[in-house]
Amino acid sequence: MSEVLVLIEHSGSDVKKVSLELLAIAAGLGEPSAVVVGPGAGDCVAILGEHGAQTVYVADAADMVDYVVAPTAELLAQLVSEKSPTAVLIPSSAEGKEVAGRLAVATNSGVITDAVAVAADGTATQNVFGGATIVQSKVSSGTPIITIRTNSTAPFVTGGSATRVDVTVALSDVAKSAKVTNRVSVEKSGRPDLSEAAIVVSGGRGVGSDEGFATIIEPLADALGAAVGASRAATDAGWYPHQFQVGQTGKTVSPQLYIANGISGAIQHRAGMQTSKAVIVVNKDADAPIFDLADFGVVGDLNTVIPDLTARIKNRG
Amino acid sequence: MNICVCVKQVPDSWAEKKLSSTDSTLDRASADRVVNELDEYAVEEALRIVEAHGGEVTILSMGPTEAADSIRKAISMGATAGIHVVDDALHGSDALATSLVLAKALEGRGFDLIIFGSESTDARMSVVPAMVAARLNLPQLTFANKVDVDGSAIKIQRVTDYGYDEVSATLPAVVSVVEKTNEPRYPSFKNIMAAKKAPMEALTLSDLGVDASTVGLGNAWSQVASFADRPAKPAGTIVTDDGTGAAHIEEFLVAQKFI
Repeated sequence: MSEVLVLIEHSGSDVKKVSLELLAIAAGLGEPSAVVVGPGAGDCVAILGEHGAQTVYVADAADMVDYVVAPTAELLAQLVSEKSPTAVLIPSSAEGKEVAGRLAVATNSGVITDAVAVAADGTATQNVFGGATIVQSKVSSGTPIITIRTNSTAPFVTGGSATRVDVTVALSDVAKSAKVTNRVSVEKSGRPDLSEAAIVVSGGRGVGSDEGFATIIEPLADALGAAVGASRAATDAGWYPHQFQVGQTGKTVSPQLYIANGISGAIQHRAGMQTSKAVIVVNKDADAPIFDLADFGVVGDLNTVIPDLTARIKNRG
Repeated sequence: MNICVCVKQVPDSWAEKKLSSTDSTLDRASADRVVNELDEYAVEEALRIVEAHGGEVTILSMGPTEAADSIRKAISMGATAGIHVVDDALHGSDALATSLVLAKALEGRGFDLIIFGSESTDARMSVVPAMVAARLNLPQLTFANKVDVDGSAIKIQRVTDYGYDEVSATLPAVVSVVEKTNEPRYPSFKNIMAAKKAPMEALTLSDLGVDASTVGLGNAWSQVASFADRPAKPAGTIVTDDGTGAAHIEEFLVAQKFI
């Protein structure tokens, strides 16, 4: 069986869940081989083996992460040329898609981004236009390069072990032309990452103020261990930081549960959340289009319903 | 400092978008055509840089005849000239073909900076800036929310999951900017009038020396096999709050095993 290369996202020895999901998808296409880049790469071998990787290519040279994107793309291009894999699967993060784009140029191969499933014959399923349209497409030239969204499948524990193969690549001058000089961590809330969270509690125009987010939306999110999202109306009004905007021009989320509070449901917003598995809506306006997406909806004032709900959840705990 | 900003004409992001039933490409007639919102941040960033360092801003777009309107719209923010790559053979081109054509249109013009919006609101792939940087062998400074130019040195803040990376390079370079990196200006009346008369270069594939058999729908590196509308969701349970709204939600959460 031919290899399927899977680019792993990790922070030191901490492997991101999406990487394990991709190994599960790769197993349906061929023999999963993980590719791990940067410091700490070697520490990921065991967990990748337990999740189905047969081989783990480790490129832990420091200069692999000293420059923007290009070194990883050059390493993958070298592996594609040496191993002739069936496909290359990459997480659909901002950086992952750029790696995929550069790899496609370098190997003259087709690229499909934001897939949510890949069939055994390589046909990828994408939800486009914010999930309004479902597209089946296939790479017709070169090695299929497919980026896959988080939460597209569940990780699968095979309990196996992987063979570690250390790899190096001689980086081109151009790969070293955009140098990362400093990494700055911005203080985190302690809440899960919006694009990976199982539950998202989101607020819109009806929340009314930044205080509303702090006193109504965030406490519910924390009671559920959820991430906080916001509609464009709320971020444009300055009530919540822009990086939490869910929608057409913000983040696309696909959690197990999405709770929309005071959000009318303009296309702009639905485009970022309508592939959520379950949706709860609280809105004063019974005619708000967001109710069309609701599995359960309450027509009412979020200022009374949500604090009551938060208290009920806390009382159970 | 001469800057080229690449813009895309897209369907209005507040409108329903569709694929064409005949060839599975974007149905451009189904919604109003506008300049991709994120590209307005790129134009604004370019204008601020030339205001501080001197130079001119040129707008480049690949697209059908109507895309010329979007180029003029972008010019009216304060740019000087436009380049429009327009050729029937480009219909249905994928990101690889688009990046190839843009790179051909850009090369040899001596731009110090090429700036993109970080994604288009229709395809949302976010790969073209990286592909163009790769094709032109230029430093890739993408997903910037802050851009500083000092002589031939450029430094950006690249948005990441954990915050941002500071990234440095030497010009010329390719930059993409994220939404909200600045506040795009409204075109002044004077600039709107000037944009109508701004020089616009229209280029075909043969002008660029690109073989038509390498671009367009039939030559794309990937093909759409089929597409369908998402099936409508079955109607959910909607209750009107009479003081028991939260209790009903709690029941739903328990039934679905969320709590």
